[in-house]
Amino acid sequence: MGDSQYSFSLTTFSPSGKLVQIEHALTAVGSGQTSLGIKAANGVVIATEKKLPSILVDEASVQKIQVLTPNIGVVYSGMGPDSRVLVRKSRKQAEQYHRLYKESIPVTQLVRETAAVMQEFTQSGSGRPMLGWLQTILDFNGNCGVRPFGVSLLVAGFDDNGPQLYQVDPSGSYFSWKASAMGKNVSNAKTFLEKRYTDDMELDDAVHTAILTLKEGYMHLKLLFF
Amino acid sequence: MSIFEYNGSALIAMVGKNCFAIASDRRFGVQLQTVATDFQKIYRIHDRVFLGLSGLATDAQTLYQRLVFRHKLYQLREERDMKPETFASLVSALLYEKRFGPYFCQPVIAGLGDEDKPFICTMDSIGAKELAKDFVVAGTASESLYGACEAMFKPDMEPEELFEIISQALLSSVDRDCLSGWGGHVYVVTPTEVKERILKGRMD
Repeated sequence: MGDSQYSFSLTTFSPSGKLVQIEHALTAVGSGQTSLGIKAANGVVIATEKKLPSILVDEASVQKIQVLTPNIGVVYSGMGPDSRVLVRKSRKQAEQYHRLYKESIPVTQLVRETAAVMQEFTQSGSGRPMLGWLQTILDFNGNCGVRPFGVSLLVAGFDDNGPQLYQVDPSGSYFSWKASAMGKNVSNAKTFLEKRYTDDMELDDAVHTAILTLKEGYMHLKLLFF
Repeated sequence: MSIFEYNGSALIAMVGKNCFAIASDRRFGVQLQTVATDFQKIYRIHDRVFLGLSGLATDAQTLYQRLVFRHKLYQLREERDMKPETFASLVSALLYEKRFGPYFCQPVIAGLGDEDKPFICTMDSIGAKELAKDFVVAGTASESLYGACEAMFKPDMEPEELFEIISQALLSSVDRDCLSGWGGHVYVVTPTEVKERILKGRMD
């Protein structure tokens, strides 16, 4: 591992055809705080639990839901610091698009570019992703290489194609959803959403449903403890 | 001798009622010698966006190829055509990229935007956009073109009248410019069709 001539990727295929690091990244996501999104007829709502480790934490300083452009927002489940890197990169990509075309970036394009960044980190080996050239950097233990992002993102936006909701995974794959949840308690949340979702929901109904879904998960957790 | 006057050209774009017209001369020359009399200076980016390029012919051709490349990729990625305003921003950005070694071209962009609203603009060789509500001109004959357009233009013309006016403005202006002429090439674009016509003027 300390030999710099051996540049192998931390995300190498296992014999069963899986990329084990990505599986572990998804586990990291699955143990993160619940977040969900619901696409309504006239908008999209994204929501997340904001459970802070102590009452002494200044909750106004914690921003789990972030704005990427005036009409696109994002929420995550998983490792907060990783999501900050992605938010920063996505904001820059959106601005670069605007600088070139003087037009707001469509949701699909921003999602595609963000997903491409996440995919880079699953394939770069010991080269540095997000740089124009490959550069091998060794740390003290002689580890070289990068790891996938430990977050899944829910990107919500409104553009010329109407309201849209996308989920982006650590592998870089993305899906469009009518309603989805990520993080802890995802199966219960999804079942609840499946029952409650209708295609002609208004935004206010969607907000209400989102809160109920989060509450459902919270109640479930409370039952587990007591 | 200016590099912009090496090949010679004349370009106009005019706005009509829910339509636009874009016209060019047909001469391709190398200084005083005329080499071709059927040279294309107006290019179709898609049915609702047309690009005219005046100035050095080699730069015009290369710039056109680069823009078509960018537009094709845009169509594939975004699954839609570029709006004329967006295309103009792209052209401006591409030209400014070469700020200290520019393309010696002056583009004229004409298109139908949202709700079939006609859009025209021109820019200098380093991408300074100039939007107009009535007409834009470019090329070695631009001074005469400005005069002719100013005199002949009326707002809200129907496609047939627009064709007449733009043709007369073009032909009368190129007659005063030795580097442009040898006929005209006019496109009149409405939301439903594109009409391409060749003009015969003084063939000199």
